[in-house]
Amino acid sequence: MYQTNHYEGMLAETATFHGAHGDTINAYFARPLGPGPYPAVILIHHLPGWDAWYREVTRKFAHHGYAALSPNLYCREGHGTPEDVAAMVRGAGGVPDDQVVGDAAGALAYLGSLPYVNDKVGVFGTCSGGRHAFLSACRVTGFAAAVDCWGGRVVMSQEELTPKQPVAPLDYTADLSCPLLGLFGAEDRSPTPEQVVRHEQELKKHGKVYEFHLYPGAGHGFFYYDRPNYRQEQAVDGWSKIFAFLGKHLGALAD
Amino acid sequence: MCTMISQQVRIDGSGKGTGGWFAVRAANVSYDHPFNLAQEHALNLDFVNEALGPGARVAVELNAESARALVETIQAVLARAEAGGYLE
Repeated sequence: MYQTNHYEGMLAETATFHGAHGDTINAYFARPLGPGPYPAVILIHHLPGWDAWYREVTRKFAHHGYAALSPNLYCREGHGTPEDVAAMVRGAGGVPDDQVVGDAAGALAYLGSLPYVNDKVGVFGTCSGGRHAFLSACRVTGFAAAVDCWGGRVVMSQEELTPKQPVAPLDYTADLSCPLLGLFGAEDRSPTPEQVVRHEQELKKHGKVYEFHLYPGAGHGFFYYDRPNYRQEQAVDGWSKIFAFLGKHLGALAD
Repeated sequence: MCTMISQQVRIDGSGKGTGGWFAVRAANVSYDHPFNLAQEHALNLDFVNEALGPGARVAVELNAESARALVETIQAVLARAEAGGYLE
């Protein structure tokens, strides 16, 4: 537990690594100051893009003792304001799942090359990023924990599959290689509570270690304090569950 | 959650963005998360020119009712223009 006379410092800056197809990916990287080695978290941003909320949350993870790396998954679309770039991606129907998984694998390899990062790396995401976090934890080996916050389209019908999303993440559940934390809103329409239950059934079927929390009174994106769906009580509890989960599976410095 | 409901239509026109007027070459129409409108999903209209980069964009976010009203109004205005022999 942090005491008021403790030293605390953080370095937050942009960095680059190689993602899918060897492409150069820019990222926001925040870490505690010190030799470490620290456990790490890769943050997979949501459809609204590589935005200010993700930068803030990247620093939040660093504040809690993690080297936190947030790749710009839309960097191939060009550069501009995060909103303009995200709008371009939205108009194009998102980015391919395979590309995101490749970028997550590249981020994991990059973190593994750093002397101040240990071998405990988690993956976190919200919205489409929650879906991608789960997908990455299934398709990339080496993660020690995954956090899916209200990721929809994990359960997908045949009609919903697209060339960019050719396989429902649910179908990869057998390959999940680390413990999973899921936070969902009971009033969300994607994922619906029924889809969350379906996901849970699949995790149980394959004997996976997981922890799901379905919050009454919350819909989609209930952590986003600048949006109408923000739910203070549920968000505070959700964050405490995230750091308890990561502390258990990755270890961390005291908060 | 992201609905991924999005369609692009090629159009020709002119739009005024943050950098001034530019040639609009496409409209991206989606029903998904808005950036600014205070609701979970919205009818999002992005008038863009991708050749000029992500910043060549004029954005409008509407609730569904407003979007339908806009469509009807555009059709009505075009019908009047056509009836008057003004369409080029």
